[in-house]
Amino acid sequence: MPNLQTALEHGLTEGEYNKIVDALGREPNFTELGILAAMWSEHCSYKSSRVHLKRLPTKGKAVIQGPGENAGIVDIGEGLCAVFKMESHNHPSFIEPYQGAATGVGGILRDIFTMGARPIAILDSLRFGNPQLPKTKFLVDGIVDGIAGYGNCIGIPTVGGEVYFDDCYNGNPLVNAFALGITKTDEIFKGYATGVGNPVIYVGSKTGRDGIHGAVMASETFTKEAEEKRPAVQVGDPFTEKLLLEACLELFKTGIVVGIQDMGAAGLTSSSTEMAERAGTGLMIEIDKVPRREVEMTPYEVMLSESQERMLMVVEKGKEKIAQDIFKKWDLDFSVIGEVTDSGKLVITDNGEPSAEIPINLISEEAPLYNRPIDRPDYMDDLNNLDMSSLSIPNDFNNTLLTLLSSPTLASKKWIYEQYDYMVRTNTLTMPGSDAAVVRIKGTKKAVAMTVNCNSKYCYLDPYIGAAIAVAESARNLACSGAKPLAITDCLNFGSPENPGVMWQFEQAINGMSEACLKLNTPVVSGNVSFYNETEGTAIYPTPTVGMVGLIENTDTHLTQWFKDEGDLIVLLGETKEELGGSEYLKQIHNKVEGKPPVLDLDQELKLINVLLKASERGIINSAHDISEGGVAVAISECCFTPKGPIGVEVKVPQLIRKDAVLFSETQGRALVSLNDQNLNKLKELTESLDLPMETIGRVSGTRLLIEDLIDIPVAKAYNTWAQGFENILKSYA
Amino acid sequence: MSKSNKYNFGIVVFPGSNCDHDCYHAIKHVFGQDCEFLWHHETDVDRFDCIVLPGGFSYGDYLRTGSIASLSPIMKSVEKFAQAGNPVLGICNGFQVLVEVGLLPGALIKNSSLKFVCKWVSVRVESTNNIFTENLKVGDTLDIPIAHGEGNYFCTSEELKELNDNSQVVFRYCTENGELSPESNPNGSIENIAGITNKAGNVLGMMPHPERCAEEIILGTQGRLIFESIISWLNLNKKEKGRA
Repeated sequence: MPNLQTALEHGLTEGEYNKIVDALGREPNFTELGILAAMWSEHCSYKSSRVHLKRLPTKGKAVIQGPGENAGIVDIGEGLCAVFKMESHNHPSFIEPYQGAATGVGGILRDIFTMGARPIAILDSLRFGNPQLPKTKFLVDGIVDGIAGYGNCIGIPTVGGEVYFDDCYNGNPLVNAFALGITKTDEIFKGYATGVGNPVIYVGSKTGRDGIHGAVMASETFTKEAEEKRPAVQVGDPFTEKLLLEACLELFKTGIVVGIQDMGAAGLTSSSTEMAERAGTGLMIEIDKVPRREVEMTPYEVMLSESQERMLMVVEKGKEKIAQDIFKKWDLDFSVIGEVTDSGKLVITDNGEPSAEIPINLISEEAPLYNRPIDRPDYMDDLNNLDMSSLSIPNDFNNTLLTLLSSPTLASKKWIYEQYDYMVRTNTLTMPGSDAAVVRIKGTKKAVAMTVNCNSKYCYLDPYIGAAIAVAESARNLACSGAKPLAITDCLNFGSPENPGVMWQFEQAINGMSEACLKLNTPVVSGNVSFYNETEGTAIYPTPTVGMVGLIENTDTHLTQWFKDEGDLIVLLGETKEELGGSEYLKQIHNKVEGKPPVLDLDQELKLINVLLKASERGIINSAHDISEGGVAVAISECCFTPKGPIGVEVKVPQLIRKDAVLFSETQGRALVSLNDQNLNKLKELTESLDLPMETIGRVSGTRLLIEDLIDIPVAKAYNTWAQGFENILKSYA
Repeated sequence: MSKSNKYNFGIVVFPGSNCDHDCYHAIKHVFGQDCEFLWHHETDVDRFDCIVLPGGFSYGDYLRTGSIASLSPIMKSVEKFAQAGNPVLGICNGFQVLVEVGLLPGALIKNSSLKFVCKWVSVRVESTNNIFTENLKVGDTLDIPIAHGEGNYFCTSEELKELNDNSQVVFRYCTENGELSPESNPNGSIENIAGITNKAGNVLGMMPHPERCAEEIILGTQGRLIFESIISWLNLNKKEKGRA
């Protein structure tokens, strides 16, 4: 019989253990304790974040399904909807990068097709430590390989993402995987175990001992012994998931599915209890009926295994055979393992012997809820206090720009995205590297645009503004692609919630994100929280990653960031201010992460978004690119670096502020567009009517990257520096 | 090509095929032909005018690529279909299956970089002595995507000589200007080989994906030339040959 000590080893506190004993009126047995510890873990219960998450706006005209299901859903018209979610797989990816990242992709895809949608796109937000560390190369190789290995095999394109490098991720890389699928609004499936007497069915792979305690592991900080936890990482099998995907989509067409949920963190435990909780029912499970790949597994192990590629579903009683035939066709395991009851309990038997009996509401509703202490860290004042006068202004901006373009965060990520199949399904309308990924929806004129963003330096310097900027920049990225922003999903990656400083960052980030989402009318429809991103007591920068989805009604109007035609005018929308705090320039050139992040004016952002959307709809601009890390100088360069090679520019920018700020300031609410002369007046009318500053700064022309008085480099040289930068860093270990 | 003729294309679906829908879309919606998915357990393929083995990861590529799929029940029928002179097109994983089943010589091994590679490449047309490049000229270059981890074509020197002597090499990786160079070879294939046919010229295996460049909106259209060649050939030969 377990005792308090066993509970503590499962990550429960003494108070939590006592609560369990009180509620059950007895000591839990080992299986029950394992189930409760997993479901009460931070990862599954959101016990430290729930009180804050409530503040996020989750409703909107387009929202069909908000948070609480396997994924969020927004209406995209013509009877179709987009199903999407982003989820972290940080802890497993640090311990075993290939499998950790691969199963992160597998897990998020199941969340999408569980709801009846065929996944059509994957994006990834990746954050690594100092690129000079050999461990970083090991993680980059393994994580990229893992994402490629899974996504390529299952045949869903990885169409975009972001990659950052910073010392704060040395001991805690972040892997946030985003997926989106499309289904009809009247063909959505949810995780409800309804209909007393309906069979509960297990399908997919067999259950093994892999991943036991994954949810508990993801709820702890790391020590040097982290690698000993490798058995808690699951192993992915994308081939089986491909079969599961096709089998599930085939099954959904039969109309016999009552509810379905994938087995993710905490496996059979979470899928069964969450389905019963949503439906307000109970479940009886005969654990001995669960297909296994290993012998002599205990009920505890079967309930807590995180073996991948498994689903739990409830179908109409008497229709089991229909489902069974489909899974047989796809060579997948199929087993009726129990039934829906009205007991309000999860009852597990093993060969007829009682194995566990727990009230569903103890697992869910009565799970612990903490309002953790919050305290703004003392270091914030010093951190925000950047003395600009102490910063020397470089005398050779050519070198400064080249240094920035070759830096790991800004350099081309071709080495990464060429390992991903970004074209399969033949819907990808933009090459990777543009502001947003654009994927068409066959049979319509529509496309969805997707982007993932977070500048965690900003969040470190001011979590409120940093999180709000993550939302605003995402919306800007979509508008630059010609897409109307609809909604977001988020991955909230933070340190330990038991640290009041971290909880302050969390609270601030939620508030900032809420304000921006409300203003930009992009509610939060799904997401997850990943706490305990700490190793040896050092937390990551707060990293609330935003995945935003937008809609393009007519694919003819979609835009990319790249300049198109020689002679086109280049126009800067918005105004540049002297804002170098938290900039990439400050970090790469002056080796500082200090100051205040740029000011965010959400009214200005809305104006910019409206101008970009109207300009793309009316076909008066040929390209659009948002200005972010590296400022206007890096943005101009990126517009020149087209997938077909570099093209030159001759530009003159206003110089009313420090020259380094003219080039590298990261003022928000700006974008670069290019257009034909004949459309300039139309653009002027548009910006005047919406009261947005604009300035014509030059032309697409020649073979030089020329910013008058400041920068003059052969564009091919800048391009090569940028194109080779990332690979050169990786090669430098060899 | 005559608009009145519609042909029936069969797309074989193995467990793990993932370019089956892309081929279907191109053939059905871009070229307006009839098209059906064929589950790998099927054995009757007589109603088809052309069989396509699509790309993907049949059986997860967990053994040798294409090796388990080559044992699928449908492959015996595809072999007969090919032996009767009908067009069979294997793309990417489909090429790997054709090699495993013995309809084409050689093998496809891991890319020399040891990494999966997805990008646009150029290939040069080396032979028009077959069904699939009928509308092209020797020396033409096509911009076409590749996406594979094991596309490094390898064969014995005798096989290579035979391929060259019989004009069975249809595509070689090249620069944009049509030059063959080590830099333009994305995977280490022997003599930059990107696609080959059987001796009769009715079975083509190619690593690049023509179905991924059949529409302007997805950034390329030169893959159309291959499908159009098949349709032209069917227009010319269907009446004489009748169905297989």
